[in-house]
Amino acid sequence: MALRHVIVGNGPAGLTAAETIRLHDADAHITIVGGEDHPFYSRPGLAYVLTGAIPEKQLVARTDKDYERAQIRRTVGTVRRIEPAGHRIELTDGRTLAYDCLLLAVGARAVRPELPGIDLEGVVTLDNLDDARRILRLAKKAKRACVVGGGITALELAEGLAAQGVETRYLMRGDRYWSGVLDPHESTLVEARLVEDGIRLHHGVELAAVIGNKGRVTAVETRAGDRLSCDLLGVAVGVQPRLELAQQIGLPTGRGIWTDETLQTADPYVFAAGDVAEVLDPATGRRGVDSLWSIAIEQGRTAGENMTGLHRPYRRPAPFNVTKLGGVTTTIIGAVGSGGRDGDLVTLARGDSGAWRERLDSFAVAADTGVNHLRLMLGANLIVGAVVMGDQALSRGLQHLIREQVDISLVRDLLVDQAAEAHQVVAALAERMVSLGTL
Amino acid sequence: MTNPLLDRDRLKRRAMVSAVVVAESVRCVECGICSYNCPLGIDVRSRVRLGLPIADRACLTCGECVARCPRGTLRLETSAVFGTDATPDGG
Repeated sequence: MALRHVIVGNGPAGLTAAETIRLHDADAHITIVGGEDHPFYSRPGLAYVLTGAIPEKQLVARTDKDYERAQIRRTVGTVRRIEPAGHRIELTDGRTLAYDCLLLAVGARAVRPELPGIDLEGVVTLDNLDDARRILRLAKKAKRACVVGGGITALELAEGLAAQGVETRYLMRGDRYWSGVLDPHESTLVEARLVEDGIRLHHGVELAAVIGNKGRVTAVETRAGDRLSCDLLGVAVGVQPRLELAQQIGLPTGRGIWTDETLQTADPYVFAAGDVAEVLDPATGRRGVDSLWSIAIEQGRTAGENMTGLHRPYRRPAPFNVTKLGGVTTTIIGAVGSGGRDGDLVTLARGDSGAWRERLDSFAVAADTGVNHLRLMLGANLIVGAVVMGDQALSRGLQHLIREQVDISLVRDLLVDQAAEAHQVVAALAERMVSLGTL
Repeated sequence: MTNPLLDRDRLKRRAMVSAVVVAESVRCVECGICSYNCPLGIDVRSRVRLGLPIADRACLTCGECVARCPRGTLRLETSAVFGTDATPDGG
C-alpha cells in the first residue's frame, strides 16, 4: 500500500522533503498543508520586493503546475491538533488527514516585544509575503518610520522602507549594528552604507512604548523619555520556532522541536525540519537551531529520505549565509561571534545561526583591500569561521576549508604574521584544493 | 597601435563568448532576480536549482544575472568547449 506522507509547512524544508520523497517513492501520497495561500516562494526574496528590485510574482519558485507534475497535493489550512495514536491531523476547518509519516516544518514567527502599544496598526514584522504586502501598502501613506531590532531582517525593513521613500530611522540599543556576529569594523562598514542610503541611525536607544491615536501608530517613546514621531514601526528582534503543535502532543522541545540526527522526533512517525527543529549532533551531543534557507533545504532533504525508510543521518555543516548588509554582499561562515551579547535581539534572528555565536578557541585575523573586507577566525590548525564582505571570490574556497575542516597548520603562521596577505594565502589554498580535485 | 579602450572591449567580448554561467546552488535562495533580469527570459533560477550551468543556446553570457545576483551565486567560467585550448573533439 502506498505510504501517506503529510507535511505541515510549505517553506524550503517542507517542499524539499516532499520533492525528496517523490524522488525515492513514485507511489507515495504526499500532501503539504500550508498556512498561506501561495505556492512556494522565496522568503529571503521579500527584501528585494520591498526595495522594488523585483515584482512580487517573481518570488514564486514553484507554480501549481510544478506541484501537479510532482504529484504533490498542496492544501491551505491550519492544523488544530495532531492525533498521534490515530495517525491523523485535524485542521481548524474540520478536515482530517491520515498519515503514515508526518513532518513538522512549520518554521518560526517574529517575536513581538512586550511593550505598551505593540498591537497598534502600523507595527509591522516581516515573516511572509502577506507581511511584505502590508508593509508596502502602509509605506505608501507613511511619511516616517522607525525600525528596531537586529540581524538581517532589521536591515531588510529599514532599507525597504527607505527605498519606498519613507523617512527611516533605525534605533539600536547598543553602540553598533549586530554586535553578536560582526566585529566593530564590520558594523561600521554596514552603518556607513545605511547612512548613504538616507537611513538615520540612533545608538543607545531603547523603546519604552508605542504611542498611537485612533488605533494607529503616531510615535515611539524611548526609555530616555524622547518621542520620535512615525506612522510605521518595523520590529525585528528575533524569531520563535512554532512549537505549539509539538508541545500539544508532548514531544520534547527546547528552543526548537528536539530531533535525533535523522530528524525524527520522540515519536517515530513524526519528523521535524527547518527553523522549527533543534537537531542533535551525535558527535558533540549538542543540539542546534538555525534559521537559514540552505540548512532548511538540507534538513528537508534528510527528513524526506528518512521518511521513505532510508537511514540517512544529517550532518550539520558549518552554517553559512550570504546576504546584502547595507548593500554590501556578505558571507558569514562558521563560528565568527565575539561572544558578546547583542542587545537588539531577544533570540535568534531570521537568516541567523546559533553556531555563529559559538565562542571557539580562536582569534581573528582581518584584512581590507579597498572596499573588500575579510576576517578569518583561526583555531589551532583550522579556520573555524570567516566573514567575507564585498568581493566574494574567496567565499567558495573558505566555505570548503571551514566545512571540511581542512588542516591549515602549514600556512597558519603566515596568516598570523602577515594578515594583510590573507586574501592571497586563502586564494592559494583554494587553488590547491582545485588542483587536488577537492573543490 | 591599438586603442586601449577598443582592446579592452575586444578582450571582454572574447571572454564572454568563451564563457558559460555556472552556479553555486548552495548560495541560492531562489529569489528570481537572475531570471527577471535575463534579457532573453531564460529561467536561470530553475537551472541553478538543478545545479546545471546556464548552457542555454540562447544565452548571450551578457553577465546580467551574474552582476545582479545579490548573493554572488553565479559566475562566468571559461567553458572547456569554447575555450582557446579546446580541441575539435572537445578535449
